[in-house]
Amino acid sequence: MFDLTISALASLLRDRKASSEELTRLFLGRIARLDPGLNAFITVDEEKALAGARAADARLAKGEATPLTGIPIAHKDLFCAKGWKTTCGSRMLADFVSPYDAHVVEQFDRAGAVLVGKTNMDEFAMGSSNESSHFGPVRNPWDRARVPGGSSGGSAAAVAARLVPAATGTDTGGSIRQPASLTGTSGIRPTYGAVSRYGMVAFASSLDQGGAFGKSAEDLALMLNVMAGFDERDSTSIERPKEDYARVLARPLAGLRVGLPKEYFTADLAPDVAACVTAAIAELKAQGATTVEVSLPNQALAVPVYYVIAPAEASSNLSRFDGVRYGHRAADYADLNDMYRKTRAQGFGAEVQRRILVGTYVLSHGYYDAYYLQAQKVRRLIARDFTQAFKACDVIAGPAAPTVAFPIGEKTSDPVQMYLEDLYTISVNLAGLPGLSVPCGFGDHGLPVGLQLIGDYFDEARMLNVAHQYQLATDWHRRSPPGIG
Amino acid sequence: MLSLDEVRRIADLARIEIPEAGVAALQQQLNGILVLIEQMCAVDTTGVEPMAHAVDVTQRLRADRVTEADQHELFQSAAPQVEDGLYLVPKVIE
Repeated sequence: MFDLTISALASLLRDRKASSEELTRLFLGRIARLDPGLNAFITVDEEKALAGARAADARLAKGEATPLTGIPIAHKDLFCAKGWKTTCGSRMLADFVSPYDAHVVEQFDRAGAVLVGKTNMDEFAMGSSNESSHFGPVRNPWDRARVPGGSSGGSAAAVAARLVPAATGTDTGGSIRQPASLTGTSGIRPTYGAVSRYGMVAFASSLDQGGAFGKSAEDLALMLNVMAGFDERDSTSIERPKEDYARVLARPLAGLRVGLPKEYFTADLAPDVAACVTAAIAELKAQGATTVEVSLPNQALAVPVYYVIAPAEASSNLSRFDGVRYGHRAADYADLNDMYRKTRAQGFGAEVQRRILVGTYVLSHGYYDAYYLQAQKVRRLIARDFTQAFKACDVIAGPAAPTVAFPIGEKTSDPVQMYLEDLYTISVNLAGLPGLSVPCGFGDHGLPVGLQLIGDYFDEARMLNVAHQYQLATDWHRRSPPGIG
Repeated sequence: MLSLDEVRRIADLARIEIPEAGVAALQQQLNGILVLIEQMCAVDTTGVEPMAHAVDVTQRLRADRVTEADQHELFQSAAPQVEDGLYLVPKVIE
């Protein structure tokens, strides 16, 4: 039963073949048994989860269920959930209990989903391996000596190991798609502005977007149906009518135009990953899609531009952590300034400090035009490349990550090597487009590989349609890691 | 490239204490990141409008009325030090 999708579990609940309390106990039991070896969770609350399950069962009995009612889920630990610790994987917020709910948390509560816990992550979502967490690295369920990717590594590992059927994540530079690729899960980052950022602890506000992990594209559609929608508390939330992201899942792919950016298929891409992605594209063609080569000429500039814009926004956003209103405060200090300096030195880990310093530098007097303003201009060029490409195609396909999961510790000594892990995902965030990754095979060492699909603005339903049709013909998304039975 | 003094100055601006023994290693890491960033500096962006946000949105306005309830006690319960509804910090003015 732990291997079933949300839709399959929902029909068991509807037909009274299982109760939410039974399901919740099943997954809590799996977490207790398997998570000590994975470290995917920072907080698990059995009591709150079971109370949520009983409420869901009452709702099911009254026939008032939604597709998510009674389904156990987990939230990445940067979504504020009232009464729950919300740590962002940081010592700064290690003891912070949120006094309010994020919009996303509220939406899942309203749908009757059962929150079982909060997942581990790179500190303040800054990382691609989940090794920068104050609470220790997350291990990849496919090989525990390897990383699950990041920053939403806990959510990805939890879904891959079937500790929960689905989980939320956030994606600022690839933090959903890259871990989805490395753990053999399905993950989607919607268009910027589709999911409210209210109560989602900010890293880089013009790039951050909430999204989801699941075991299938269909489950991602069900998750987005709950999460997405206008919220006036987020000034960048887009006002548009609610849509059903599952509405075109069944549409055949005949006539679909798939764009293949020539800049994605170069020597930077590991041969084992390239082979899986190429085979996946062949499957789309077998179903009637046509392929067209497209070009994203400024693709090589995406990582450099991102490492100006994201740190600049992070240095501003993280200035709120000053030891005054919430979070860690140093024990000994000489004066106010010293309190700030010691509090922030102790509360933030090395990677977060580095990014704050880079951001402070690129925004400082005399450097703003050369770095920040220039980055914003090149960002425009990168976004225009996609606009141009989408004139020739309906979706873009390529890899989500350049390699399969790498060993824990391999890239921690060189920040730039870690940054290049997001080579194929970052430009999507800069442009504000939606992207997803679905499992498309196994590369070296028997490790999962993801196929990335990039859509035009607000074209998530079509991307999910393509991913779903692909999953009807393949079973990569049904494979689970050994030793999790 | 950043000098050791520039690293110290930026850390001071960012209000992060860096132990003197760690400044050189940090300088090396930050300069590595700047080498990466420099790749975009030479691009000709004449006439390109800066893109500040992912999507073009205009700021929404709302009616000027109170929408929040007073929850200061709840919110201040997370603060390190509070007295009479005020956040306490070390004395700034003698």
